[in-house]
Amino acid sequence: MAKASGIRGLSRKEFLQLGGAGLAGAALLGVAGCGGGETIGGGQQGGGEEGVFTFGRGADSVGLDPINVTDGESLIVCRQVFDGLLDFKPETTDLVPALAAEVPEPEEGGRVYTFRLREGVKFHDGEPFNAEAVVFNFERWKNTDNQYHKGGGSQSSNFAYYSGMFGGFDDDSVIESVEAVDEYTVRFTLREVQAPFLRNIAMSPFGIASPRAIRENVEQFWKNPVGTGPFKFVSWDQGATVRLEKNPDWWGTDLPEEEGGGGPFVDRVVFRSIPDNTARVAALSGGQLSGADGLTPDDVPTIEEDPNLKVITRPPMNVGYLAMNVQKEPFNDRRVRLAVVHAINMPEIVEAFFGDTGQVASNPYPPTIPYFREETEPYEYDPERARELLREAGLGDGFEAELWYMPIPRPYMPDGKGIAQAMQRDLREVGIDVRLVTREWGTYLEETGRGAHDMCLLGWTGDNGDPDNFLNVLLSSKTATETDAQNVAYYKNPELDRILERAASTIDEDERRGLYVRAQEIVHEDAPWAPIAYAEPPLGFQNSVQGYHPSPTGGESFNSVRISG
Amino acid sequence: MATYIGRRLLQIIPVLFGVSVIVFFMVRAIPGDPAQILLGQQATPEQVERLREQLGLNEDPLTQYVIFLRDALTGDLGESIVTGRPVTVELLDRFPATLELTLAALLFAVAVGIPVGVLAAVRQYSWIDRLTSVVALTGVSMPIFWLALVLVVIFTVRLDLLPFPGRLSSGVEIVRITGMVVPDAILTGNFAGLWDGIKHLVLPAVALGTIPMAVVTRMTRSAMLEVMGEDYIRTAHAKGVTPWRVVFKHALRNAMLPVVTVIGLQFGLLMGGAVLTETIFSWDGIGQIALESIYRRDYPMIQGVVLYGASFFVMVNLVVDILYAVLDPRVRY
Repeated sequence: MAKASGIRGLSRKEFLQLGGAGLAGAALLGVAGCGGGETIGGGQQGGGEEGVFTFGRGADSVGLDPINVTDGESLIVCRQVFDGLLDFKPETTDLVPALAAEVPEPEEGGRVYTFRLREGVKFHDGEPFNAEAVVFNFERWKNTDNQYHKGGGSQSSNFAYYSGMFGGFDDDSVIESVEAVDEYTVRFTLREVQAPFLRNIAMSPFGIASPRAIRENVEQFWKNPVGTGPFKFVSWDQGATVRLEKNPDWWGTDLPEEEGGGGPFVDRVVFRSIPDNTARVAALSGGQLSGADGLTPDDVPTIEEDPNLKVITRPPMNVGYLAMNVQKEPFNDRRVRLAVVHAINMPEIVEAFFGDTGQVASNPYPPTIPYFREETEPYEYDPERARELLREAGLGDGFEAELWYMPIPRPYMPDGKGIAQAMQRDLREVGIDVRLVTREWGTYLEETGRGAHDMCLLGWTGDNGDPDNFLNVLLSSKTATETDAQNVAYYKNPELDRILERAASTIDEDERRGLYVRAQEIVHEDAPWAPIAYAEPPLGFQNSVQGYHPSPTGGESFNSVRISG
Repeated sequence: MATYIGRRLLQIIPVLFGVSVIVFFMVRAIPGDPAQILLGQQATPEQVERLREQLGLNEDPLTQYVIFLRDALTGDLGESIVTGRPVTVELLDRFPATLELTLAALLFAVAVGIPVGVLAAVRQYSWIDRLTSVVALTGVSMPIFWLALVLVVIFTVRLDLLPFPGRLSSGVEIVRITGMVVPDAILTGNFAGLWDGIKHLVLPAVALGTIPMAVVTRMTRSAMLEVMGEDYIRTAHAKGVTPWRVVFKHALRNAMLPVVTVIGLQFGLLMGGAVLTETIFSWDGIGQIALESIYRRDYPMIQGVVLYGASFFVMVNLVVDILYAVLDPRVRY
């Protein structure tokens, strides 16, 4: 740096002019960035202000066209703006009618469903809701040559949930046809029986959109959503805030609250993304948020100590697990897998890392899902038995393996590293020496999805409340693929495959129960996983917030939310 | 002077070219597939493949780069994979927020740093000087995200004095002219909005400005000490000029030269701090989008943000150099 001395070249006036020119230039740049007349609006308000429910979450939505997104943050907003034909009863995964007037009975052995629709319902743009609207939406989703089978530009998910839940598009789709029988009756004909069909229909992605809004501008629909829901879309500052307002004409206002009706009570709903977890909790404590999602178990005591705040936990619809790669030695030996599950002190781990926000898992899916096998006990913590099993397997001296853990908290795994370390300690006791490995989250999924690991931590949150959505996705041979595998244990059992296939293609309740109970038994015996916990994700609220019914699906409707005094 | 500026502007071209090469290939070296991340766990391999094709990710990287460079030369940085909007539009949209925060942080740094630095130099070895050193050292060593959270806990949660997060409270709206809340509120005569905007600006500006404040304090102090030892200061004293007049009229003006350089450099560096500050305060500026686009492997956005940061840094340096030349005539262009 030059030595400081001699100032002669610049008067104070000139100096100020320079600074002024810089500012003016910057201001011009700002103008260039946006059209005139736009406004900058804030996202949060004092929790005490009546009529505005401000919900803090970890990330912004990706898009607001429900069929074209896959992330929970997009879907929970869509949930408020759109209604589907069916819905899940608050706090459960039981079905209740929504835009349909009742839950239809299967006809022709489950190949045909006839939905009678609610009459007099209007979309937010004033269009009438009727059978044509339902047909229009399903044809848009299903047919790849439909002129509206697009939208949302490059952030679009390409209707991933439609093909995911209904087996593909066009002729691959389980749904063969959707016809309007009369103005308020729609008939679905299926190519084959799909047991979870009605639960799929109830999922948030299948919210019915206004045909007029789609026809007018399908490309922009993802940021101008129009549905029939309890709240209307107002504005979206991408990266920060989504604003909705009350739909006073909502069809569900007079329904009982237990059936998902009532309200909407608050005038406005504001979704605010605050990526930093600690900052989000601070904003809640400071009264800037009415409620906040994405808390960790560590945040729970902080919130409980605050007299103005309360914690509500979601019923679990997830499972966190340790998967052993059964394609690799020595995990191809069932005795080794059993040794691992008996070596880990799971109750202690769940107590330490989940506290009151989780229960020790026994089956591959949680008790909120039908046909849960109550008799399955979590594997007993028994290091002596583990050592014995290892000796039987000829590994009395122990062995070495890699244990992968995810780098970020997930709803079903609040502290991947801590849990992995606790497992490492337990496994060392019986002579299994594990090396801990992690990768950035995107990479983690990619690498575990092609079987790079010996053991890995992972979990799953269900979509539709059906056992098929857990067992078939996570433990069938179909998903033990070479890349992008969901079955990261690479567990392939022909008997289980047969059972799952059968159970997915029958609508006989008793038969399904028998099959799924047997499936859980098989998995427990074969031990491809050490199930860890069913997490009950915590939410934090101001005490003044009433009527929030946490949903196992993570996508609750805010129609019943009230803010008192 | 004009040729000097012209030459300096030409030098920016190879710099930005180099930056573009590095960021383009580094970004693609990060493991994780944007298509997979975008589609989430539910997507089938076929869907991922189709999206990769749409996004042009199946071309070989060199071809991708040539296409990128060709478009970039016409001012087109591509479209964000996540939002689908042109990267330049995203950047320009968010630039005012970052600029406002950065300027406020700098204002804080200068308004506090220079007087304190002067005071410390004038009262060298006094308790004020010692205290200043300790505070400055603490300021430099403090992680921004931690300081930010401490400030939030004290001023928002405990004392309930300042609002957080974001740029405005929800009832408040401001007509957008420059995109910066405070100037826009003044221009539209919206004084409620102005007050709300300023209150929202205080904490992030202090969090972001603390390190530059500490640097400016120390720099001012040492520059002042150096100048205060010069002959002409002694002469001024000898002529009977009042001590404070000596400090402000004679010493400070000359000591400002290196301080201006430091302020300029800090201004350029603030971009890095803004990533953390904006994330914590949900400040919808470029810093926030930087982190988000890395999480989502939004290649075009990451490239845009890095190129923007590099240009900003280079431009600020250029302005500092010009200013320096103007301040000190002995500097040759």
